[in-house]
Amino acid sequence: MNAPVERTSALAGIGESRLRKEDARFIQGKGIYVDDVKLPGMLHMDIVRAPVAHARIKSIRKEEALKIPGVHAVLTADDLKPLKLHWMPTLAGDVAAVLADQKVHFQMQEVAVVIADDRYIAADAVEAVQVEYEELPALIDPHEALKPGAVVLREDLAGRTEGAHGARTHPNHIFTWEAGDKAATDAAFARAPVTVKEQLLYPRVHPCPLETCGCVASFDPVRGELTTYMTSQAPHVVRTVVSLLSGIPESKVRIISPDIGGGFGNKVGVYPGYVCAIVASIVLGRPVKWVEDRIENISSTAFARDYHMTGELAATSDGKITGLRVNVIADHGAFDACADPTKYPAGMFHICSGSYDIAAAYCRVDGVYTNKAPGGVAYRCSFRVTEAVYLVERMIDVLAQKLGIDKAEIRYRNFIRKEQFPYRSPFGFEYDSGDYRTALAKVLAAVDYKALRSEQAAKRKDPASSSLMGIGITTFTEVVGAGPSKMCDILGVGMFDSCEIRVHPTGSAIARMGTINQGQGHQTTYAQIIATEIGIPSDVVQVEEGDTSTAPYGLGTYGSRSTPVAGAAIAMAARKIHAKARKIAAHLLEVGDRDLEWEIDRFKVKGDGSRFKTMKDICWAAYHEPPPGLEPGLEAVHYYDPPNFTYPFGAYLCVVDIDKGTGEVKVRRFYALDDCGTRINPMIIEGQIHGGLTEGFAVALGQQMPFDAQGNLLGNTLMDYFLPTAVETPKWETDFTVTPSPHHPIGAKGVAESPHVGSIPCFSNAVIDAFSHLSVTHMNMPHTSWRVWQQLETCGIAR
Amino acid sequence: MTKKRIKVKVNGRSVEKEVEPRTLLVHFLREELSLTGAHIGCETSHCGACTVDVDGKSVKGCTHLAVQCDDSQVLTVEGLAKGGVLHAVQEGFFTQHGLQCGFCTPGMLMRAYRFLQENPDPTEAEVRVGMSGNLCRCTGYQNIVKAVLYAATKLRDSQRVAA
Repeated sequence: MNAPVERTSALAGIGESRLRKEDARFIQGKGIYVDDVKLPGMLHMDIVRAPVAHARIKSIRKEEALKIPGVHAVLTADDLKPLKLHWMPTLAGDVAAVLADQKVHFQMQEVAVVIADDRYIAADAVEAVQVEYEELPALIDPHEALKPGAVVLREDLAGRTEGAHGARTHPNHIFTWEAGDKAATDAAFARAPVTVKEQLLYPRVHPCPLETCGCVASFDPVRGELTTYMTSQAPHVVRTVVSLLSGIPESKVRIISPDIGGGFGNKVGVYPGYVCAIVASIVLGRPVKWVEDRIENISSTAFARDYHMTGELAATSDGKITGLRVNVIADHGAFDACADPTKYPAGMFHICSGSYDIAAAYCRVDGVYTNKAPGGVAYRCSFRVTEAVYLVERMIDVLAQKLGIDKAEIRYRNFIRKEQFPYRSPFGFEYDSGDYRTALAKVLAAVDYKALRSEQAAKRKDPASSSLMGIGITTFTEVVGAGPSKMCDILGVGMFDSCEIRVHPTGSAIARMGTINQGQGHQTTYAQIIATEIGIPSDVVQVEEGDTSTAPYGLGTYGSRSTPVAGAAIAMAARKIHAKARKIAAHLLEVGDRDLEWEIDRFKVKGDGSRFKTMKDICWAAYHEPPPGLEPGLEAVHYYDPPNFTYPFGAYLCVVDIDKGTGEVKVRRFYALDDCGTRINPMIIEGQIHGGLTEGFAVALGQQMPFDAQGNLLGNTLMDYFLPTAVETPKWETDFTVTPSPHHPIGAKGVAESPHVGSIPCFSNAVIDAFSHLSVTHMNMPHTSWRVWQQLETCGIAR
Repeated sequence: MTKKRIKVKVNGRSVEKEVEPRTLLVHFLREELSLTGAHIGCETSHCGACTVDVDGKSVKGCTHLAVQCDDSQVLTVEGLAKGGVLHAVQEGFFTQHGLQCGFCTPGMLMRAYRFLQENPDPTEAEVRVGMSGNLCRCTGYQNIVKAVLYAATKLRDSQRVAA
């Protein structure tokens, strides 16, 4: 096996559609998720939750619950108070009640916990805890919440006019955040011949991974050590938070994220259930398991979106955009627990100038308290990027319709051109690389765009047609890989990530990472990077993540940051090993370092291919006969602080047919071209894109969390909350271009969230495009049959 | 609560246990027998992560009582592979990248196992309907459909060889 092509293939490195290493355990029922963890003497915790959205707690009576055999304890805010754990800090600089302290702020809020021998007894005990509430009027609409004289939700913040992000202008106001140049933008609007304005509501949705949140907390009173298995996308940060809250030294806190059944942002935060289980374990001296059910998951753990946006574009009469102005009311629920880098209370929302070269732009986001659950996580996206991309991709369509310009053509007229990269956006981002025109052109050619538009025109002329046809286009740019620590931190910890590689004497290796897989296939793809970088087969590279006692500190997996940040850390750690291996090879071959050249899996003496040392030889020598003056072993650690974000992009096209009788939207075709830079494992990329498109489809066509005026959540089971089955889900067509990131060691940008971010406005654009000849410029999501039928009725074309 | 003695054959092994009448099948399998392959995703029969095979039918273990399985034969994902050889549906999910986080996978596999006995030569559309009681949040189903079709072909081929 000496031919280079065979040796490259034996490594199964970057670019190979390598089958996944993690699958063997999952297909045989041997995955270990949190609920699979069973410790000796383990008790079960369940939560008493508020049936109302806004109320004072008049009394909590535990007696009946405590009488039930097998019940060990009932804890309320009063029990946590002496430990100062009845409130906890949030990632957004606010505080959140761990257990409701005198007042309930949202329906299903945690009021008390019970700990019992098994989950059935715990559920019985929850029923037996008697809580008396005095109901208060609920505030559900964030616009109402900001009116003078509105009910004050957060009495604990009374008199505080300064929040974590500046001035608070109303008792229910959290922050105002601005970006861009307001004066220049206002001036651009004042002189623009054409302007458009639209109200866009991005409804409250929930990431809803198939596995709910939970933990098993185990405090060892003899050793003073706390081990907690947790459904966490960021175990190291959780360890730091737990140590700060509990006073237990961080070295005695061990957080283990085992296999995770999907995250999608839902498992980033620290929830009251985790805190209570840990407290209960410390108090009772026994392991305590808490696993929420589906209704609890949807009702109380982190939601996403709920952005009430006003978008405006200024343009020339031939469609060149000259200004973008955005105002947002952001409904953050009862506590500001948004998961964003500290300095960015609206995340990366200011990516909202998108793929377009816009001279002047300004955005303002106001965060507001309402009687809804806290959260505000990035649901399969980087922080608030989905909202931003939805805004700009919708608004450019609105402008195209006003000017009568084709929706592909208007994008061509406004793209940032290939030669403009690196490109500084009006909001200050420096886009690393892109080629938007090529991507869109490839998609339009693949679907025969002209023919589709002709078919649509013919259909519109035919009065007998039973359906409307819509064509949606998006050409999006994401900002992922948070992030450079000069800009991004979580609770003061810079958003770097890390990798430790240990190469063994016999030529295998283990890599430990600060990230944590939730289905992305890290065990497979990380090993491929190492294989290519240091020339050992990916099959002998073990990848471990999620155990804070063995892995180096990292910020975790969310916001498509694993490949841009941790993927870079791997490459850099591998390069340190490569550099040492070169010294060892030079010693073995009795030549100088510079007399060697690298080829796939070996160092060869330049000009004499017969003299070489393979990586396997070098590994043995590293432990057996290291060069004089060089320490034995072959290991490296790298902490990678990215110099910039990465900017994956894509061009999507969707064709829908809308039944004029029922309003049903059928996706006839969806063509998704993604450019994520260097492609590590095409099979996994395609799988991630299928998944992201399906989640985007769910959001655009059916997901929302509806509340009534009293704050009751009307859709918190899978009966009501739309998760598409194989039947509704369209068939996806995928494509790609490759524009590597110039600053990433292997040129990779991250991919898993692009299809979610890019597809949602594409579905909306397609549905609204179907009505565009009837002067409809916007319809809010989700585009359910009922809502679309109402639009057909309004237009007088329902059959 | 008074317990009831039940006798169940699980993955070919006879088991006798005392259970509370309210014990759900999925809890019985997971807690009493430590067969944690079947997962709990919704507790309302919607997601299918808890799907197992009971007396030749797909059953969602989160809404089926353990006592209903007295004298029954139960097959779980742990019993699919035989003698270290993967079942065709397992091979299909692996080779066609039909899983990501793996949480829905045991339920998907058990449903695919039964579905392909109900319909050994399905069309793609039939696979989508046949698998529609099982939700996946990661894959978008496209590769799950491929995996089931792969398994269908493989099972038919092996039956032809046997015949």
